[in-house]
Amino acid sequence: MSAATKTNEGLHDCRDAFSKTLEALAEADDRVVAVVNDSVGSSKLGGFKKRWPERLVNVGIAEQNMVGVGAGLANGGRIPFVSCASCFLTGRALEQVKADVAYSNTNVKLCGQSPGIGYGELGPTHHSIEDLAWLRPLANLITIVPSDPWETEQAIRFAAAYEGPVFIRVSRYPVPALEHRIDRIEPGKAEVMREGTDVAILANGVMLHKALRAAEVLADGGVSARVVNMAWMNPLDIEAIVDAAGTGAVVTVEEASVRGGLGGAVAETLALRRPVPMEMVGFPGFVPTGTVDFLFDHFGLTAAGIAAAARKAISRKG
Amino acid sequence: MSLSTASAPVSGADRIDMVRARALSIRRSAFTMVHEAQLGHPGGDFSAADILATLYFGVLRYDPNEPRHPDRDRFIMSKGHCTGAFYSVLAQAGFFPEAQLKTYMQPLSKLNGHPNRNYLPGIETNTGPLGHGLPVAVGIAIAGKLTAKDYRTFVLTGDGELQEGSNWEAAMAAGHRKLNRLTVIVDRNRLQQGDRTEATNGLDPLDDKWRAFGFHVEMIDGHDHAALLDVLGADPESRDKPLCVIANTIKGKGVSFMEDNVSWHHGVPTDEQFAQAMKELI
Repeated sequence: MSAATKTNEGLHDCRDAFSKTLEALAEADDRVVAVVNDSVGSSKLGGFKKRWPERLVNVGIAEQNMVGVGAGLANGGRIPFVSCASCFLTGRALEQVKADVAYSNTNVKLCGQSPGIGYGELGPTHHSIEDLAWLRPLANLITIVPSDPWETEQAIRFAAAYEGPVFIRVSRYPVPALEHRIDRIEPGKAEVMREGTDVAILANGVMLHKALRAAEVLADGGVSARVVNMAWMNPLDIEAIVDAAGTGAVVTVEEASVRGGLGGAVAETLALRRPVPMEMVGFPGFVPTGTVDFLFDHFGLTAAGIAAAARKAISRKG
Repeated sequence: MSLSTASAPVSGADRIDMVRARALSIRRSAFTMVHEAQLGHPGGDFSAADILATLYFGVLRYDPNEPRHPDRDRFIMSKGHCTGAFYSVLAQAGFFPEAQLKTYMQPLSKLNGHPNRNYLPGIETNTGPLGHGLPVAVGIAIAGKLTAKDYRTFVLTGDGELQEGSNWEAAMAAGHRKLNRLTVIVDRNRLQQGDRTEATNGLDPLDDKWRAFGFHVEMIDGHDHAALLDVLGADPESRDKPLCVIANTIKGKGVSFMEDNVSWHHGVPTDEQFAQAMKELI
């Protein structure tokens, strides 16, 4: 089930940062274990399996059991990283994620691999553009959408150290290593990647670098765009969103459905705290067949598409 | 501190009498809670009462003052709707004061309709939706193997509950991994919420199903305390497979008008019925 995306020079598959970090953590702490659904290869856990075969719990193609087993391993004092294609982890096993992990408030780390439309041509059954909307109302569940290898490593390290349930999206779409202004991620803190005064672009995951490119496009046209990294879906940085509204126009960008994910979270916040014109960039629903890049182009999840959405939001200022 | 089985029994006969007395007390307590709350699942409380009494007063190793001791035996109430019996046995085992049982399902009570590990000590995982207990139990048993601990893991499921596919995902994994310190107890009362199990989505031959998934199977009378003590107390190192105990039970066991009557799945008693039941539960 691989829809291989070639990693161009200078671009990175965040799964590499995930597996490298997990191995480093496992070496330092024997409580760290991995739980998979026959997803050793797609989670890039071959190295982990080779080094610690007994700590790689492969339950086979059985996602409900996989998440329950994760909760059980946490009960037994382990730190389980449950790693599986995000579509199955969050869709097939949603009730286990809700009851056994979030509601039970167990020390389980859910790693949603190849989220969004990472599986491109394989179609909507394998896409996970709904995961953020499904998980966002779940109390207790820390939810992080990293944008690049550094942030992925930071998220995995945070999850291991944090006592409680965490969900992390681990992307396969090749992304550049971004220039971050912070030394380490902080729970619930958005990161302003670029200052700007005419519009604020709030993005996360593999869309963040496109948002930064969109800001450059806009700057060429004389528009000053702020770019904010909204990696933390839960806890959500409410104040960063309210601050963003100070520019008078907001655009959200996510590799997800425009219903209920980052766009939904920002819209709720703006409606309650500081309503301003807003546009959402994302997917409208089930998408047709195509490569990942084709689908991004087709639905405007590109620097040009984001810039167009920004101009539209600006044009709606009162 | 040391973990021990509650009320460490003296002789075999006394032990059986003690468990029998506890089971009766659990039934009276659970039905009192259901009567006061006018909510609950008393039929399943009663079918499970003898199993719970046996576990908590004859088999499980725990310390109510240190409910998350890493070496404790784990018990998971997968049929999480039967909290009348479950909360009663936890209170009697000393995890929280019995007086707290009066708050059952009252607004803001910690005694929710289904158990919450973050509200009360002695609860391993939040259950309620069916088919969740066994996967978690399998994870606990795997952790025990990984860490070379000698704790045992028990899970009590309903029989209708076994219609949930997640149980069979977990059973397959338990058999494959030969989790011999894991015990599944099926409360085989043959009734589910709306009808008989066999009229709804039949489970028989249930013993063959578990055997096919790699379990050692024991079929016993789930109200026979001696048999329960015998089977649940047996040394798990004597076998190289997980154990499934099919406990044949009667829903509503102990009260004449409730026994094997589907309407008592979540039926609640009138004052008259409650008084009658209390006369029978002695």
